[in-house]
Amino acid sequence: MKTKLNFICNNSQVEASVHPGLSLLDFLRKELRLTGTKEGCREGDCGACTVLIGVLNGTKVNYHSVNSCLFPVGEANGKHIVTIEGLNGTDFSVVQKSFIHEGASQCGFCTPGFVVSLTGYYLSNERFEINDAIESMDGNVCRCTGHQSIINAAKKSTQLLSTNISNHTDHINALIKSGLLPEYFSGIPGRLKSLGRKFPASEKILSPQYYIAGGTDLYVQKWEDMLKHNVKFLSSNVILKTIKEENGNCIIGATATVTDLIESKILSKYFPKLKEHLKLFGSLPIRNRATVGGNIVNASPIADITNILIALNATVHLTGSSGKRKLLLKDFFKGYKTLDLNKDELVDYVSFKLPAKNSYFNFEKVSQRTYLDIASVNSSIYLEVTDDKIITTHISAGGVAPIPLYLNKTSEFLKGKTINAEIVKEAAVISQTEISPITDARGSKEYKSLLLRQLIFAHFITLFPGKVKMKEIA
Amino acid sequence: MKNYDIERHVTGESQFVDDVITPEGMLHAYVFYSEKAHAEILNIDLSNAEKVKGVKAIFTSKDIPGENQIGGIIPDEVLLAESKVEYIGQPVAIVIAEDQLTAKEAASKIKVKYKKLPVITNPREAFKAGQMIAPQRTFNLGDPDNSWNSCKYIVEGTVESGGQEHLYLETQGAFAYPVEGGGIKIVSSTQSPTAVQRVTARILNLPMHKVEVDVLRLGGGFGGKEDQATPWAAMAGLASFKLNKPVKLILPRQEDMIMTGKRHPYSSDFKIGINKEGKIICYEVTFYQNAGAAADLSTAILERTLFHCTNSYYIPNVKATAVSCKTNLPPNTAFRGFGGPQGMFVIESAIFKAAEKMGLDPSEIQKKNLLNEDDQFPYGQKTENCHSGITWKNAEEKYSINTIRDEVKKFNAENNIFKKGVSFMPICFGISFTNTSMNQASALVHVYTDGSISVSTAAVEMGQGINEKIRQVVSKVFSVNIDRVKTETTNTTRIANTSPTAASTGADLNGKATERACQHILRQLKEIAAEILNASSITHVEVIDEVVHCDGNKSNLKWEELIKRAHLKRFNLSSHAFYATPGVYFDQEKEKGNPFAYHVYGTAIIEATVDCLRGTYKIDSVKAIHDFGKSFNPLIDKGQAEGAIVQGLGWMTIEEVIYDENGKLLTDALSTYKVPDIHFTPDIQVDFLKNSDNLKGIFKSKAIGEPPFMYGIGGYFAIMNALKAFRPDADLPISAPFTPEKVLMNLYSKVEEKQPA
Ligand SMILES: Cc1cc2nc3c(=O)[nH]c(=O)nc-3n(C[C@H](O)[C@H](O)[C@H](O)COP(=O)(O)OP(=O)(O)OC[C@H]3O[C@@H](n4cnc5c(N)ncnc54)[C@H](O)[C@@H]3O)c2cc1C
Ligand code: FES
Ligand code: FES
Repeated sequence: MKTKLNFICNNSQVEASVHPGLSLLDFLRKELRLTGTKEGCREGDCGACTVLIGVLNGTKVNYHSVNSCLFPVGEANGKHIVTIEGLNGTDFSVVQKSFIHEGASQCGFCTPGFVVSLTGYYLSNERFEINDAIESMDGNVCRCTGHQSIINAAKKSTQLLSTNISNHTDHINALIKSGLLPEYFSGIPGRLKSLGRKFPASEKILSPQYYIAGGTDLYVQKWEDMLKHNVKFLSSNVILKTIKEENGNCIIGATATVTDLIESKILSKYFPKLKEHLKLFGSLPIRNRATVGGNIVNASPIADITNILIALNATVHLTGSSGKRKLLLKDFFKGYKTLDLNKDELVDYVSFKLPAKNSYFNFEKVSQRTYLDIASVNSSIYLEVTDDKIITTHISAGGVAPIPLYLNKTSEFLKGKTINAEIVKEAAVISQTEISPITDARGSKEYKSLLLRQLIFAHFITLFPGKVKMKEIA
Repeated sequence: MKNYDIERHVTGESQFVDDVITPEGMLHAYVFYSEKAHAEILNIDLSNAEKVKGVKAIFTSKDIPGENQIGGIIPDEVLLAESKVEYIGQPVAIVIAEDQLTAKEAASKIKVKYKKLPVITNPREAFKAGQMIAPQRTFNLGDPDNSWNSCKYIVEGTVESGGQEHLYLETQGAFAYPVEGGGIKIVSSTQSPTAVQRVTARILNLPMHKVEVDVLRLGGGFGGKEDQATPWAAMAGLASFKLNKPVKLILPRQEDMIMTGKRHPYSSDFKIGINKEGKIICYEVTFYQNAGAAADLSTAILERTLFHCTNSYYIPNVKATAVSCKTNLPPNTAFRGFGGPQGMFVIESAIFKAAEKMGLDPSEIQKKNLLNEDDQFPYGQKTENCHSGITWKNAEEKYSINTIRDEVKKFNAENNIFKKGVSFMPICFGISFTNTSMNQASALVHVYTDGSISVSTAAVEMGQGINEKIRQVVSKVFSVNIDRVKTETTNTTRIANTSPTAASTGADLNGKATERACQHILRQLKEIAAEILNASSITHVEVIDEVVHCDGNKSNLKWEELIKRAHLKRFNLSSHAFYATPGVYFDQEKEKGNPFAYHVYGTAIIEATVDCLRGTYKIDSVKAIHDFGKSFNPLIDKGQAEGAIVQGLGWMTIEEVIYDENGKLLTDALSTYKVPDIHFTPDIQVDFLKNSDNLKGIFKSKAIGEPPFMYGIGGYFAIMNALKAFRPDADLPISAPFTPEKVLMNLYSKVEEKQPA
């Protein structure tokens, strides 16, 4: 299965006939011989392969970073792909200069990835904050420098750029003028537009073996298969991406990415801390790709979005050849990596009741490394409370059973109770009867049991600091 | 300060093995490895694998024309398994195909019949079963057996320290191609080009001059490519030799993690005795090193553990015993610090446990026992220019330790969930290869007729900035612009019989050799200059900033003209020079000597915050006064220190290598083996110890690669102190890495038992 692809890579137009499931990393390194993009892990965990994807949006191009090892080349069609080579102008860019000045590179293997990520930050944000600039490199790992000099480089380039480009209308041109980007970037929107006219989206793929959403699970688990079989990209369906409010419900399309969740006005209105919680999900380039549908269907017991949605008592909406149906998300999981999903069904969207005024929500995740790591245990809680009494509660727990778990008994027990330390302790004891953790690389079963207890404590200490105190619990 | 290498890194221009343009018709290799940790091989069936389309050949041990032996120190390791396998990941066959994916697919069709044998993964069990790599060794000082009486406090205990995956961002790899006359050329990502050359020659039954090894740069090494880059290069060499075709072998990440060895885990017993004044009188320690299935560099690493078993303390009576135990894991290997960190962690633990018993802060004992001038180490050498005390004192003052302590106390009084801890970590690390004969290097310098200069040395660039430092040496000796100087690849044809780039000695050894080579040429140039300027002798002339000066006065004779004239006059504009560290020796019979050219000192203060509800933590800051000698590239040296500190912290905290009881690696991907990321990075402040110089290092500097790694050990005890702020009476076991799991279990496991089931 080969498809014709047309896109712009750096300053060149690329026309190719390739298998769309080939990773962009391999295409760049082997076909285009752009070797500045490195392979460090092929599983989205090192960032050495980071590139930018530019998508035409009206007259502008929006850029975001991705891991090219998990990105199917088929998805590059009609877009602007920027590799490290595409950032090289006649002089070093501001970011490159800052790295040189701070000695923010040793062996150099990780360096192109870091430079691309940081440049991507300035491209996709109009106001620059030093901390955000640093965090834009949360998907890049450097084994040599210890990152201190890289942090210094990010500070330096942020300062340089902030003073240079306040008060501007055209972001890209301002960045070109201040030495972040080569000149050719200003012509990209026009070139993408004519590209689109010349080459319409490629033909419909029949009987796909794989539906790829963000690919962040599929490419980690079986990238070799993606090269051999018919694949179809779900991202081409834009409707699936929307997040909206409807009759007191929130509706999230299956291909909404974690970044979309973070940027959603509706969600941040109802869940002011969600942005903070979701920073614990993967890294920026992973969040830019990872979808809600993929998180659910991958059915990992520690899936974070699923964990949150279960506590919001969400419903999944499916479409298949025999029509549409819906069910509660917590009932969707049948056993380890098995779902109540027919072969021909896709997840359309999820919906949940928007939180009431008297409601509380919290998400807890503990992993070996705080960021860019899979949880040892995660847990979410949703509560409605009137006069100190719990009216409704839903608690989820991940990493303690073969499926993303809804803590049925624990939630049930808490209903009608007045919040205090004793009740919370009792709830934690009940939670232990609902779980069946196993020992693996993410911890022993004893640890996971203990951790869940602690996270239940943490929910209440965080949400009701006046009523449940650390001293009474530990 | 400019660094030519970084300029190419930031543009993506720098090439690594897998980036180099290769000869036409390149074939690709995939290594089929043992799935059993200990077994006899009854039969290998290649028939289905050979049928896969695109497969060119499959090689097993039977196809090796020379000797199937790769052991560096002890000849106990085969390149490809013969009749038995001793660890999961041991190479059994090499599949060659048009591309790696095809080779991998074919490999999955190889069927091996095994007869399982018992598996041992624990070093103490191996010791009990009599499985040792070499006889055990003991270092003695004073009269340990008769000095316990004078101790008021005696504390005994056990200490565990875990392995560590190198996680060089560039995985192992090499490619090879045949050259005229039956030889082979190998481009390899190795710290040790000569090891690759020697082993490949042995495998192929060729004289060494028929194997040329070339190294451009490494995407990180950290010791992991000292001995263990060799097999992959030799395999590519073997396949290329047999097929007469170019062959590339790049290990995918997971295979790299499964097949290669790591930092040695240690299990140790200690007994420490302290008198009423707080002086350590006696220290007894036994180290059980988990070597894995073959010697590799284990015995040398074990020796360094013994050298550094008292860290930066003077202890008059010491008995340190160490034994390398053979287990069914991949052979563990060199990793930054080379056994030193494992030794130091135990003495620090002993001090911590003693302090606990004495009701003191460990820093009180640490400070009282720091090395002084002329103090003797257990191996007989005495301190010279000792900077233990001064770095400690400077750290206390510069970082206002009293303020830090007050703030921590206040924070801990005000917070129930979060607790802070502080620790001190002094270091003392010896510089030189402890195998005296390895302390040699050579350099080849050419000055071309246009005045540009090329320099080759034995040193391999892997991020430590050696290229830039060598360029600085050339530029300084000739007094020419550094832009004239280019460092070449490390190549066994240009520089023979190289020692690996390791033991932090790269800049000293190769810098000194380069200095000498430049001096030879400079002497000739001065003769020419004296002649041209009619000076009576060469002592009157000097090159300053590219211009010849005569008796201190600037002449019209510039560098380029000088070179041109020297060439016309038929002077030699090339020089090859050799350097061997003077004065180092070690007598293994007596276990005494002067193994190190000098020592590196420093003191760090580490702060950590623990979330006592969730068991997570953050290393807040590491502040260190470090003895760089007289650094001639502060940017590079500081970068080395920062990187080493974070790597050391990683080893002590979140980096956890887990094998199951069958010897299978569970943490075989970046998703399960976590190294520090940008969020993990603490606030690092490294300050240069003032007025330090070092006549034994290049330009009076001190080696920098390894020593700061050991500041990371302080991270463990900062966390420990934070835990103690939460549970003052807890008697916590010492077992690194201090993962969030261990923190939480330590905080609550006892409480847990009292809970209803
Ligand atoms: C480095 C890294 C870090 C990660 N960190 C986290 C983390 O912190 N937390 C976490 O929860 N996960 C994490 N993940 C896992 C992964 O990113 C998420 O599970 C993600 O949400 C998957 O979405 P996707 O769109 O990429 O899935 P894909 O890989 O595209 O698809 C996964 C599966 O779902 C199917 N699928 C996708 N969409 C639909 C649909 N609409 N209908 C039916 N089937 C569908 C696909 O066919 C496939 O079988 C991480 C992954 C990586 C590589
Ligand atoms: S290669 Fe490591 S993230 Fe892509
Ligand atoms: S510079 Fe080597 S991994 Fe970052």
